[in-house]
Amino acid sequence: MIDRDVVERVLGASLKGGGEFAEVFAEERRSRALGLDDGRVEQVSSGRDLGAGIRVIVGNTTGFAHTADVTEAGLLAAAQAAASAARSGGDGALRTVALTPSTPRRVGSVRIAPEEVDTAHKVSLLERLDSVARSASGAVVQVSAGWSEGRRRILVANSDGLLADDEQVRTLVRISVVAQGDTGLQTGYDSLGHTVGYELVEDHDVDALAMAAAQRALVKLRARPAPSGTMPVVIKQGSGGVLFHEACGHGLEADLVAKGASVYAGKMGQLVASPLVTLVDDGTMVGEWGAMGIDDEGHPSQRNVLIEDGVLTDYMWDHVRARNESRRPSGNGRRQSYQHLPMVRMTNTYVLNGDSEPADIVRATDRGVYVAKLGGGSVNTATGDFVFGMTEAYLIENGEITEPIRDGNLIGNGPAVLADIDLVGNDFAMGNPGTCGKDGQGVPVGDGQPTLRVRALTVGGTAA
Amino acid sequence: MSTTSPPEGHEALLALASSVVAHAAPGEQLEVYVSRGAETSVRVYQGEVEHLTSAHSQGVGIRVIRGGRTGFAYAGELSDRAMREVLAEARDNVRFGSVDDDAGLAEPDGVAPVAHELWSEELAATPTAAKVDLALDLERRTLALDARVRVDDANYDDGWGEVAVATSTGIAVSGRENACSATVSTLADDGDETQTGFGWAVGRSPQVFDLDRAAHMAVERAVRLLGAVKPVSGRVTVVLDPLVTAQFLGIIAATLNGEAIVKGRSPFVDRLGDQIAAPFIDLVDDATDPRAYTATDLDGEGLAARRTSLIEGGVLRSVLHSSYSARRAGSVSTGNAVRGGFRSTPGVGPLALTLAPGTGSQHDLITRVGEGVLVQSVQGLHSGVNPISGDFSTGASGMLIRGGALGGPVREFTIASTLQRMLLDVVEVGGDLDWLPMRASGVSLVIRDITLSGA
Repeated sequence: MIDRDVVERVLGASLKGGGEFAEVFAEERRSRALGLDDGRVEQVSSGRDLGAGIRVIVGNTTGFAHTADVTEAGLLAAAQAAASAARSGGDGALRTVALTPSTPRRVGSVRIAPEEVDTAHKVSLLERLDSVARSASGAVVQVSAGWSEGRRRILVANSDGLLADDEQVRTLVRISVVAQGDTGLQTGYDSLGHTVGYELVEDHDVDALAMAAAQRALVKLRARPAPSGTMPVVIKQGSGGVLFHEACGHGLEADLVAKGASVYAGKMGQLVASPLVTLVDDGTMVGEWGAMGIDDEGHPSQRNVLIEDGVLTDYMWDHVRARNESRRPSGNGRRQSYQHLPMVRMTNTYVLNGDSEPADIVRATDRGVYVAKLGGGSVNTATGDFVFGMTEAYLIENGEITEPIRDGNLIGNGPAVLADIDLVGNDFAMGNPGTCGKDGQGVPVGDGQPTLRVRALTVGGTAA
Repeated sequence: MSTTSPPEGHEALLALASSVVAHAAPGEQLEVYVSRGAETSVRVYQGEVEHLTSAHSQGVGIRVIRGGRTGFAYAGELSDRAMREVLAEARDNVRFGSVDDDAGLAEPDGVAPVAHELWSEELAATPTAAKVDLALDLERRTLALDARVRVDDANYDDGWGEVAVATSTGIAVSGRENACSATVSTLADDGDETQTGFGWAVGRSPQVFDLDRAAHMAVERAVRLLGAVKPVSGRVTVVLDPLVTAQFLGIIAATLNGEAIVKGRSPFVDRLGDQIAAPFIDLVDDATDPRAYTATDLDGEGLAARRTSLIEGGVLRSVLHSSYSARRAGSVSTGNAVRGGFRSTPGVGPLALTLAPGTGSQHDLITRVGEGVLVQSVQGLHSGVNPISGDFSTGASGMLIRGGALGGPVREFTIASTLQRMLLDVVEVGGDLDWLPMRASGVSLVIRDITLSGA
């Protein structure tokens, strides 16, 4: 993307004002998105972005500037802007930076480059999803389906001599369905996304995806209002990783911990969850949505055990926070694009298998809620209070899954909910691709978990 | 490679966009959207600058419609080569679109834009050092108010942007605007417990910011939640704080989105002329009101922003339309095309929502409610609210209302109803209209018969 000697000169110039650390992050992104809605292919869009972000650190201050002009002149101008933003003093002497290239492991496994596949095939895929969903029932009144593909090449170099690059290809299919009945409209959604090429739709049953979304909407046509109050909640395998993303994932990000804005600050080595819980954040999972060869600070992705048998074993780290603690980063420094500063982010976050049979977990529950599909969520890391939505859920009565219930939020407090996990199944599965938002930046993340039970969660319905 | 940019000024952007539109082939509709701008972002923490970002961006998005098929392409640069390549790519993408007889670009509709002063010379001339000082000042003022309060971060953000839209159907508009804001996030501690708060200041330039108000807001919202407990479940009357009401209006606007309506994705399909809200509810979208934070003169397709009365006396009078959704509905655009920059085609959305205020202060409302809950903040609007079915369920925190006065703080509960019921169940609109840094203004709102789920 940019010649090595140019990067070396730009880093040298970035430090001219006395900065302690400088970094060049260059990114080239190509995207294509197709959208079918209301029976028509409405969106056929493609685009590209190319640019570089430069940061300079002086003491506790980071200066950052970015540019779409990746010529040496453009990069030098951005370097000067970043250095002056960091208000570095310095002696004005030009520093020399020598870069050592590293070869990261690739975690994408692209068999069929999405660009090589004719757009017409992708259009027929969406038409097929539409017709499968509509074939589910005459009550299906609206379908929207989308395809998106992206190829992201990054290059990271810093004044410690690091030089690394990566290429990340992601493909995603989504479908949302509206069904109409006597009780009004209901919706069903599903999606499939991986860090792979066009083989995504050859290796997975996309018809089943469309049918699942349609059934989700249809089942809710006979849903009763969700209950209210605090009760046991069983969460189906691969549907509720977002619970851990919110209940503790964000709270284990070192930037929030360092500011005392996390309920998990100062809890290292302590029991913070039920001993049944082992939580891992893993950027190395080949093909998963949150996978990458290197993070956006050039460090190889890692598998990090955060909670082991209920005990807090580590937080997640980026360059700045790791440097302040004199430790190695954990491969969790990520950014939305070259226009953004990196910060601590999750990758693929999941809970390992326990040894309960999933069916036994339901049978052991006298009265409660069975959540088969979760929506998004959010958390206040300082209080630990978090919510997540249920988009397919049922009542559990006398140890059996019975009637469907309408959409709603569940609310809980992270540490309390983690302690209240009393059954963990042996049927681990990864969940849907997600986009995690933090401080205005979105990055792709994955999650997963086996079927499990939380003894007490507050269900936000309207029924007594 | 080399990157070239047009000369300074939005007129130059319009000239560039128009020069591309001039290449429209016979039978082809062409829209060129070009923008550029810059942002400054300062975050301070414990008396030091944590980061200072200075960021420029620019780009072009081109939409081509031919034979009812639509294609779109974009690039994050404005060179002549980028223009040629993006146009070629958009033309190529057209091949794969479906034929839609209603597809088409906006056409001039004779509505003149209301002139606004969207550019502040005072803001443009503010040096970076003053922006840093302002953020540091906000942090200091906040910390000075209460020993239990820490500042998570104090921020100053501003940006300017220039945009031009030109089409082969006769749209040729451009403009520039700048805006700024300051925000502060707080943490209040009492023993092991921590609560959070948030405050903000907005204005045409940083010189008119009310930093003391921002600091007080951030401190009060955090401190008054200390000691919060989980309330008992039941049916309650709630008073929504102005910030929460503004978020609620944003969801209501999603149900009144003309594109959602023509595609059958709203509980308010075929309800024009019906009583959908309490009889004293008047809801308008009006970006021509200069008091609105998001006041503007043009929408995302280059049509004039205008005042649209959505609900009048509780009766649904209009929905929000772009030129496309209007064509499908057999109506006219309400100037509500919105776009997220050069990378996307226009959708439909509100520009500046306002609920006609009543007369009571929040204190008056609380007195009249007697027993209930003041909802200070909500969590999970994106995950627990379904603007198609109308199901509404969200996490909340706030204060109990007991005997017509504020009681103790409460947290970790949900409030639930349906959007259809909530509009009809509004008891009173407060008179405390507040122009918030979002696409809706805020006002205290009393709604009855809400299910509170807690202990």
